[in-house]
Amino acid sequence: MKFRTFAAFVGPSIFLMLLFIAAPLVSVFTQSFYLTQPVVEIVTEEVCTPGFLTQTCTTETRSQPVLDEDGRVVRETTFVGLQSYRNVLEPQRAWEAVSNFDFRGLLAIDFWKALRFTLTFTLITLPLVIGVGLAIALAVNNAAKVVRGPVIFVSLLPFIITPVIGALSIRWLFVGEGILTRALEWYLERDIAMFAQGWTIELLMLFYRVWHVAPFAFVIFYAGLQTVNTDTVEAAIIDGASRWQRLWYIIIPHLMPLIVFVALIHLMDAYRVFEEIVGFSSQAHVISLQWLTYDFLQPDDSGNRAVSRASASAMLTMIGIVILLIPLLRKTWRDHRGVR
Amino acid sequence: MKNLLLASAMSIGAVMAASSAAHADCAIQNDTELSSLTAGFEAWKSVTDAMAECGNFSAELDQEFRTKQPAAFAANPSLYQIGGVSNGTITPLLNEGTIRPLDDLVAAYGQDLSPNQLIRIDGQIMAVAMMVNTQHLMFRQDIFDDLGLDVPTTWDEVIIAAEAIQEAGVVEYPLGGTMKAGWNIAQEFNNMFLGFGGTFVNDDGTPNVNTDAGVNALEMMARLTEFMDPEYLVSDSTYVQQQFQQGTIAMANLWASRAAAMDNPDESQVVGLVNTASAPMAVDGGAPATTLWWDGIVIASNITDEEAEAAFQVALEGIDTDMVTENNEDAIWLIAGYQPNRLAEGAIATATSNPAPQSYPSSTEMGLMHTALGNQLPAFFTGELSAEETLEAIEAEYLTAAEEAGIL
Repeated sequence: MKFRTFAAFVGPSIFLMLLFIAAPLVSVFTQSFYLTQPVVEIVTEEVCTPGFLTQTCTTETRSQPVLDEDGRVVRETTFVGLQSYRNVLEPQRAWEAVSNFDFRGLLAIDFWKALRFTLTFTLITLPLVIGVGLAIALAVNNAAKVVRGPVIFVSLLPFIITPVIGALSIRWLFVGEGILTRALEWYLERDIAMFAQGWTIELLMLFYRVWHVAPFAFVIFYAGLQTVNTDTVEAAIIDGASRWQRLWYIIIPHLMPLIVFVALIHLMDAYRVFEEIVGFSSQAHVISLQWLTYDFLQPDDSGNRAVSRASASAMLTMIGIVILLIPLLRKTWRDHRGVR
Repeated sequence: MKNLLLASAMSIGAVMAASSAAHADCAIQNDTELSSLTAGFEAWKSVTDAMAECGNFSAELDQEFRTKQPAAFAANPSLYQIGGVSNGTITPLLNEGTIRPLDDLVAAYGQDLSPNQLIRIDGQIMAVAMMVNTQHLMFRQDIFDDLGLDVPTTWDEVIIAAEAIQEAGVVEYPLGGTMKAGWNIAQEFNNMFLGFGGTFVNDDGTPNVNTDAGVNALEMMARLTEFMDPEYLVSDSTYVQQQFQQGTIAMANLWASRAAAMDNPDESQVVGLVNTASAPMAVDGGAPATTLWWDGIVIASNITDEEAEAAFQVALEGIDTDMVTENNEDAIWLIAGYQPNRLAEGAIATATSNPAPQSYPSSTEMGLMHTALGNQLPAFFTGELSAEETLEAIEAEYLTAAEEAGIL
């Protein structure tokens, strides 16, 4: 292909990637080293608010931003180096906890609590998603042609549900007097409160994520199964290979590049777990890294938001994803070079 | 095609007829394009509907208004002329100077307003309040009558009543609580903390929650949770309201704005059975352990004086006596003509008690404190941290946030 043709095809995509991915990333990276604050003054003023029928007036001392002559808040931006990262990571408190083997103390720090859950969530759902996806793909592949269409349709349903809606539905099924909790209580003849402790919420979250993402793995693997060399399989059958041996020595090696692909995508997605936290309102028990960033950015009633800490937390999330992806990327890279 | 034209002509005609009919209810004819951004609960719907009768007015009702309002009002010209705020959400607008003093407008048009409605900050009128809201005790009168219980006035008495109800086996969990992690649980703590006489921050902006009042508040809350559904950390106001409506709880310290739903026969199985009383006291003889809130209107700074004048007049039409007479049950109105009903008794008793509860102390510091409380309190209730450790963690998070916000 001529370079100009190539550039014409790829150019727009590169431009958009620079504009919408690279530029925000650079901006967040810079913001994580700077702190923008309003200049504040302390004011004492009388505030009168309604009671019922008569007012109450109180004198309050509070800080208030200084406004310039155009009526805009005066802000100062200072370079603070790694301070925002320190505020998020709390290295001193974390180190103290670690050196005292105080696991509980470490998990009392938001970032480490979030990291603990995010990693558990990612690493437990990964094999489950691949396993369940492969199982469905094999089942569908071996099913009679007549039922294949409907089975594919039903298996894909969870994937097309909007994540937040899916999480909310599961929550409503299980929360308090939810219909499934009632059914379980009736069946087991005991009181069940799925949202009263962390581990049951985590179980629901894991279940939900696997239920939601397995269809994606299924679609990819199913497509891969169509390209398995039938001659090889037939030869294996003639050689007396069992179903299990055929799966292990022929089908899985054939699907390996796809498994790596699904694993890559799933690691990136699962590490950014967010919808589950909001959908299950699990903040009291478990939080994730992505949720932490969101929480920093969410303004409180007085309009404060912690942009610098949010930027630092976002950068840390990205670093985490990169570290997780390194082994898989190295494998892909080696395979790629090996082919050449 | 002809039919389509005819149909659209007819529908335009119908809209015009409707709007001209609506104008009849408004005392003024508004010719300025106006819009408002307010919260989305029932009272605001009634008020903005009444404003819309003056014409050329569009209302935006959004429960996420608090995140939109500061930016929308900071634009020049402001994206909305009229804003709906509460004492919690007026702070960013005041801080950034995006709402205007209303003294001149009140002098010119506000002869029907009562002095109680005028929110004065440093002598200037910055907002006009229309209703009050507070968390107060709601209880099942029938259960209390059956068991011969008195209405509790302190939290200790609430616990005694809860024990009696649980022993009698009327309901499994007698108490409800808006204890959802985040804003809600922080607000429950605020109520109890103020009830025990605490102050959140010192005058120099340093935190002051790791005190006896803080520990007492946490211990009292922990005792109360023993009578709540164990999933209380996901329970918000709507959830508690539903627990009441389905008859699964007997008492809760709940928002006055939720009371009307108890008598809504479409949703509630306890119509007429729920009564309200003053918020319980944390210590005998103290103020009820709650905060007072108001909702009201503000006018943007970044608009012309003519627009402001029109906006203020339209806003007053929204909060006039006619609106209250039509929507008496929607809120505890501060407007002349309001007739308190049975369910308003608790809120009025709370607001008029002596000593009276504080108004929610809205400020930049309080915003940071509320967030820190909301994030750190759950660790105490899940048993991860002790009361003192939790309060320490709250102060630490507050300090970090306050330094970042430039307060310390």
